[in-house]
Amino acid sequence: MKTARFSFLLGLSLLLMALLVPQPIQAQTIQDILQEHEEIIAKGSRRTIQPAIDALRDSGLPEAQRVMELWQDKALWQRKDDKQFFLTEPLEGRTLQLIDLISGQPVGTAEKSDLKQIKPNSGVRGLIGAALVQFQLMDPHPLTRRDSLIAIQRDPKPTHLPALRGAIEGETDPDLKALKERLERLLTITYGETDAERIIAIESFAGDLGVDARAALNPILTTTRVAVTEASDVNIARQLTPGQNDFTADDAYALLIAENLAYPAISNDEKRLALVANVVDGQVAGFAVETLNTYEARDQAYSALAAEGLVPADVTRAAQQKALQRHEFYDVYNEPSQAVTDAARGTLQAIETRVGLNQTADLALDGLSLASIYFLAAIGLAITFGVMGVINMAHGEFIMMGAYTGYVVQLFIPDYTLSIIAALPLAFAITFAAGVAMERTVIRWLYHRPLETLLATFGISIALQQLAKNIFGTQARPLTAPGWLDGAWVINDVVSISYIRIAIFVLALIFFALLLFILKRTRLGLEVRAVTQNPKMAASMGINTDKINMLTFGLGSGIAGIAGVAIGLFAQVTANLGSGYIVQSFMTVVVGGVGNIWGTLAGATMIGSLQKIIEFFNPSNTLAAQTYMVIFIIIFIQFRPRGIIALRGRAAGD
Amino acid sequence: MQRSFIARNPSVLIFLGILAVFTLGATILSEGFGIGLISTSMIKTLGKTLCLCLIAIAMDLVWGYCGILSLGHFAFFGLGGYMIGMWLMYARTENIILTSLAQAPIPPTDDEIRSAIGNQIFGVVGGSDFPLIWAFADSLTIQLVLVVLVPGLLALVFGWLAFRSRVTGVYLSILTQAMTLALSLYLFQNDSGLRGNNGLSGLQNIPGAKGVPQSVISIWFLWASAIALALGYILAAWMMSGKFGSVIRGIRDDEARVRFLGYSVETYKLVIFTVTAIIAAIAGALYYPQAGIINPAEIAPIASIYLAVWVAIGGRGRIYGAVIGAALVSLLSTWFTGGQAPSIPLGFYTIHWVDWWQVLLGVTFVLVTLFAPQGIGGAIDRLVRKGTQL
Repeated sequence: MKTARFSFLLGLSLLLMALLVPQPIQAQTIQDILQEHEEIIAKGSRRTIQPAIDALRDSGLPEAQRVMELWQDKALWQRKDDKQFFLTEPLEGRTLQLIDLISGQPVGTAEKSDLKQIKPNSGVRGLIGAALVQFQLMDPHPLTRRDSLIAIQRDPKPTHLPALRGAIEGETDPDLKALKERLERLLTITYGETDAERIIAIESFAGDLGVDARAALNPILTTTRVAVTEASDVNIARQLTPGQNDFTADDAYALLIAENLAYPAISNDEKRLALVANVVDGQVAGFAVETLNTYEARDQAYSALAAEGLVPADVTRAAQQKALQRHEFYDVYNEPSQAVTDAARGTLQAIETRVGLNQTADLALDGLSLASIYFLAAIGLAITFGVMGVINMAHGEFIMMGAYTGYVVQLFIPDYTLSIIAALPLAFAITFAAGVAMERTVIRWLYHRPLETLLATFGISIALQQLAKNIFGTQARPLTAPGWLDGAWVINDVVSISYIRIAIFVLALIFFALLLFILKRTRLGLEVRAVTQNPKMAASMGINTDKINMLTFGLGSGIAGIAGVAIGLFAQVTANLGSGYIVQSFMTVVVGGVGNIWGTLAGATMIGSLQKIIEFFNPSNTLAAQTYMVIFIIIFIQFRPRGIIALRGRAAGD
Repeated sequence: MQRSFIARNPSVLIFLGILAVFTLGATILSEGFGIGLISTSMIKTLGKTLCLCLIAIAMDLVWGYCGILSLGHFAFFGLGGYMIGMWLMYARTENIILTSLAQAPIPPTDDEIRSAIGNQIFGVVGGSDFPLIWAFADSLTIQLVLVVLVPGLLALVFGWLAFRSRVTGVYLSILTQAMTLALSLYLFQNDSGLRGNNGLSGLQNIPGAKGVPQSVISIWFLWASAIALALGYILAAWMMSGKFGSVIRGIRDDEARVRFLGYSVETYKLVIFTVTAIIAAIAGALYYPQAGIINPAEIAPIASIYLAVWVAIGGRGRIYGAVIGAALVSLLSTWFTGGQAPSIPLGFYTIHWVDWWQVLLGVTFVLVTLFAPQGIGGAIDRLVRKGTQL
């Protein structure tokens, strides 16, 4: 009881105290501030308006932002007799309803002729806008602040800089504060007032990998090509000598023409037109038209025409040369301060070095992911071809079957995650069955004729491809990855890798480990290796070679099916899906070394990373990359015909 | 006792006879010189088929006789076509340009003619300059030499590299397939200098034969193809019936033994590889003017595998087998995929051969490999043997 009364008293006294604490005195209303600067607001000149804007911005009044927005939107009206500002709404006739700025209540009416609309010009509106940016940057809602930062980032203006500077101090969110500070430095690079502060900002970005940093720095180093008679006070990037380093004499002369320092020479085409215009009775200035089929003859005829004054005289090579000698040619930085350009160059160099390192890392990731795709596509082949010595041209079609299995499963299970989980074993089962069926019906009759296996399986391959076309049509079918595989793991602006590729990499690793385990640690693996090395001896040891061959082939085909699901996630699922991988897969197996899984890993890694490296040097042309890749493989096989990891001794078979 | 060439190769006379009757018959029935029973496009198809028979002979020599399953001979075929195609395209474009520039008020300079031709040919890939490989495109003689030289040199260098490092069996097949793939990928590029994906087109118009109708030109090419095929057949039969042929067959059957007997296996392989590449190139040079267009898709690796399919169905190790296989399969293929074959209604489903021909071909091929590895030629041999025994 006692405590209850005590706490009631305490609460009461706290309430009283809160009421008694003096509120910040409303020294000014928004109307007062506007009145204070009434003259310059009404005048609306860009040069003098700043104090009014500053006063509004710094007033701390809650309605300041809205009033500034209204001002910017030309919604403020001023009553001519007492200079008071109002909002208006049109009533009938020329009468306007006056609305109070603060309360938003109607406070009377007025004739339009008694009022003046405040119409700030575009310069003033820009200044108001910049001040408004600061309101957004200091908005209590962090999302609004972030949005306005992004807006500035996208389209920076000089006026943003002071607004941004004013908004850093009060920022409470550490992330946003860092973002603001970074943006402030970026803006300082371009819009800073003194060279010193710009240089400090520039140098603060040394080693920064952000694209925005490079985007801010690069414009500083843009140059313009100029021709002058004598060097003046400009920030010269380099002097150019006509005829050297891609700067031909023709380029130099074109520059002179562009700057109105020389007359253009008459081009061959113009000469031809001039001659055509002056044909008289089958002759041009005494030269028969039929003889004018060389440039020399045309030059002579043109000179004759010029001598008669019918056409402007040509500028001879010698005259052009003289003009070039009278001038000097420079690439001049658009940025006047040499200290700034030096700092920007130095910083960009530092950035480029780091970017180069990171690009190498990115390239390595790309190569690795391509390698894991090749590995997945080829590992099944490595088992059938490498371990059993059977060329299976239909391997690509097993990949295709796997991809279509994934597609069909998605038709029945709409949840993408579940459907992928269901599709993987199903694809394995289907292609395993297909592989076993093929081995039983075709391949086992051809174990002693490897070249004919190649052709027979090719027959199966074209039949399967056409069947797939007949069943699923020729257009690509979607195999959609689950949502959690969308997007990419972004390490920085240079290095990133999509989740699908990581998933495929993991899948490849799992299969590598699994196959290694099966072949090296299980009874089946032992028997497979025995049959591989010497089928007759294995058979006499009691191993059922028929069964082993069948299971091995099924295993290789089943893995192709799983690879198909994985490949279908990022490639188009068509009937030709597999044939695109078959040659690549064979090369992976052959380059790596036939008959062992480590070899396939080595081959896939080499081919994958090499292809990415070639693509890096010639990014516009993946066809060229593939061409060089294949040529490289052909040459590589010259030197290591048995692949990177070659089996030796009896294990090599022949 | 050395028997005469004809006596050792009775098939040559029979073949030449059939070929002559066929060509004469086609000419008599054609629109150009005869009664017009066979359309011009059919004559072209027949002429193309003869070219395919010629390359099938080349394939048979290298695979059926020497045991090298080359999956690259269609690349040589295509290269031959490209070489002649360059001249055809250049000369024809030059004709067109000269005709149109003749209207110009003052005669064009050589430079202007050349850049106009370049624009016309390479505009489609966004260029107008002549790449270096077109340096001799204006000379028919040089391009004809290049038809032989370019594929021949490629085969020589590739073969030398491959055979020297003792790449054999399926490895060699994959390597030749890689070569074909590299070549077709290269040609697919726009800056390869051969118009990339567009290929060379308008090849059916023969420069210098202005006003001659296609129906007549098609007969010219039919005869040219027939003569080339006859010569190719005789050359193949002659090569394979002598000592050279015996060594080649020996390499197929047991390469190591032939090597131990002191023969330079690599040289023999290289010779047969290069010679067949040249035969393939000549076949290509005759084929593409009849086809009218050549593009990189023509020499994709799959085409070379089809070539092996023809030879296998026809029967390996018999020259006439290759011819029969190529003629039969390619003509059937044209018939089935051309939509002329009647559909088979099954009530619940109608079999359209356009959709099912590939399946039929694939299955047939598997069956032939499994049950008749000697192909059609093997069946003929058995019949002939039965006939002589009786």
